[in-house]
Amino acid sequence: MTKVTLTVNGRTVSGDCEDRTLLVHFIRENLALTGTHVGCDTNQCGACVVHMDGKSVKSCSILAVQASGSTITTIEGLAQNGEMHPVQAAFKENHGLQCGFCTPGMVMTAVDMIERHGCKLTEEEVRAGLEGNICRCTGYHNIVKSVLSAADQMAANRQAAE
Amino acid sequence: MYATNYHRVSSVDEATRLASANGDAKFVSGGQTLIATMKQRLASPSDLIDLRHIAALKGISVSGRSVTIGAAATHAEVASNAALKAVCPAICKLAGGIGDPHVRHLGTIGGSVANNDPAADYPSAMLALNATIVTSKRSIAADDFFQGLFSTALEDGEIITAIRFEAPEKAGYAKFPNPASRYAMAGVFVARGAGGVRVAVTGAGSDGVFRHQGMESALAGNWSAAALAGVSVDAGSLMSDLHASADYRANLVKVMAKRAIAAAG
Repeated sequence: MTKVTLTVNGRTVSGDCEDRTLLVHFIRENLALTGTHVGCDTNQCGACVVHMDGKSVKSCSILAVQASGSTITTIEGLAQNGEMHPVQAAFKENHGLQCGFCTPGMVMTAVDMIERHGCKLTEEEVRAGLEGNICRCTGYHNIVKSVLSAADQMAANRQAAE
Repeated sequence: MYATNYHRVSSVDEATRLASANGDAKFVSGGQTLIATMKQRLASPSDLIDLRHIAALKGISVSGRSVTIGAAATHAEVASNAALKAVCPAICKLAGGIGDPHVRHLGTIGGSVANNDPAADYPSAMLALNATIVTSKRSIAADDFFQGLFSTALEDGEIITAIRFEAPEKAGYAKFPNPASRYAMAGVFVARGAGGVRVAVTGAGSDGVFRHQGMESALAGNWSAAALAGVSVDAGSLMSDLHASADYRANLVKVMAKRAIAAAG
């Protein structure tokens, strides 16, 4: 067993796990944050996407020990003071989901994508940016709509803050 | 995944020392191939030596047209590096097309080159750019480095530390990605520089990445997509699998070469 220490959603947490434990299992089982999902187990579906040191990663493709020392944001860390993150709000507003299983990964991917592009995104960029996330229900249409609408909202929020 | 012992190291020396003490150890950096392979139990290293925190392997530097990319530079870093984009946009485009954004945030150039997956993008760039693969022991020319499917000139315990090349006058890359995996079903990197024209093909060869002499000589005389019309690509040495037959790949190689030329301008 190895001690893993992470800053997750602003809180320093640590726990013991086997070296072979994947980050996603550490998050779900040691930290009981079950919003991060395990979809495919073959590193393709993106349901497990979290942010590590500010960048989207598939938490099923990295060991918890590899991630030790890093700062992690999971889907549970997005809402602030009980208010949904603009991306979460946009997914609700545009019905960017059906069964909801892929949604945590989609939302975390969208937040990363919007921030990386400075809130300016085209439909083509959104579709390319969702390459690592699979949804078996929606056909992606409303997901793309949600991301574009969130990007506009975040750009407006940013402008209002300036 | 079988049990393994994890080691985080902070220098190349420490990594090579640990590797020589643990015969079944493997180096891991981004882990975007290795961890998935371990999950499938296709690899079961006794020890994992994590190179991701070695400062000396990081960073990209461009001096004039001389490029040095640290082995631990991620695909996302290569794709977005402004200095690199100014002298060799083709390699940035290639890196930006690997896998998906999450894979690009972790996967590294050193890991991709060391793994030499026959459908990986980077090996074609290394060959076409006449790159030098710098390791913990020596410098190896790309022409001598890639030795068939998943085989390289790397010896046990040898670590890639950097990739070096002179940015060519013109370069372009085009790939036909497998719609599911995004790996290249055929990817062609073309470059024209001081050393002449070099054309390297990935994703298609049954023995891994290779240079195509026919296309190189045709382009040396006439740097245009039209020059490739009469060149034949021998399907006999190409892969045939459920994704595409060798004949189909042979055609794809030509089409990708034309697109790469168009991208290079």
